[in-house]
Amino acid sequence: MEKLITAYTYIGEGKVVVNKRLIFYQEKIATFAEFIKALYKQEQISYSKFYKMDPLSKLGFMSAELLLRHENSGRFKPGSLAVVLANSSSSLESDLSHQASIRNRSAYFPSPSVFVYTLANIVIGEICIRHSLKGENAFLISEKFNPMQLQNHVSELLDNNRAEACICGWVEILGNTFRAMVSLVEKENADVLKTGFSALPFTEASLNELMNLTETKIWTN
Amino acid sequence: MDELINKLKKEVITQLNLEDISVDDINPDAPLFGEGLGLDSIDALELIVLLEKNYGIKIEDPKDGKKIFYSIRTMAEYITEHQKKA
Repeated sequence: MEKLITAYTYIGEGKVVVNKRLIFYQEKIATFAEFIKALYKQEQISYSKFYKMDPLSKLGFMSAELLLRHENSGRFKPGSLAVVLANSSSSLESDLSHQASIRNRSAYFPSPSVFVYTLANIVIGEICIRHSLKGENAFLISEKFNPMQLQNHVSELLDNNRAEACICGWVEILGNTFRAMVSLVEKENADVLKTGFSALPFTEASLNELMNLTETKIWTN
Repeated sequence: MDELINKLKKEVITQLNLEDISVDDINPDAPLFGEGLGLDSIDALELIVLLEKNYGIKIEDPKDGKKIFYSIRTMAEYITEHQKKA
């Protein structure tokens, strides 16, 4: 069965693109924290737990938020929307923060709120809580963006009816270097989204294209 | 006491990343959990760390936490009482 990418969010190089539309741009990024906070404020999202998330979760949360904001939540059966994300640094950003807090034996104050984010798949948990998702999920770690790995994993879920659709993509951050590309993959016979975005075939080529948006410049202001 | 309450409010805002909340937004008598600031169990652990890190106070019996962390004022009272004993 053919599968389609029916929506996507791209965050990278100071740009935020949702379904071909550039919605946010910061030419000079001082820090990731400032960038993501400015995006959160611009989009007028109200979710107090956002500020407590680690950088990886903030990046994944915003990507999913923008991806699903026009989505009709009743379109998918409960438990039928899966989440498969990947990156290369896992939760290293939070791991380093935690390590810094326990490095000095005389000032040994590990922060529980940092420690809870020292697993990469917590970002999926945050997305699932926000959108009440109870479907299959997985977080994959690979040295580089690996579209074939994502495609295989998501296809297996959809082809075997373990999910009707899947939020799928790459959410990577280390320090102030970050990039996210999160897409919504559906079976071809699924309802068409009303985002005005023409669906792409769910192929390695499409995933690569979306990951390199700033090179191909396929967006409009 | 008022000085300590204000200091605690600032520390709680920083420690718990309460980004959209200012010192004036926090009623010192309002419950910290449930209603009020709507804190969760991880926040409770952070408050225990805050007491130890900033005031050198270790809570020996976790059951005391509910009373100590009821509000900013009960935290301030506990700190004051504990510092008198020390």
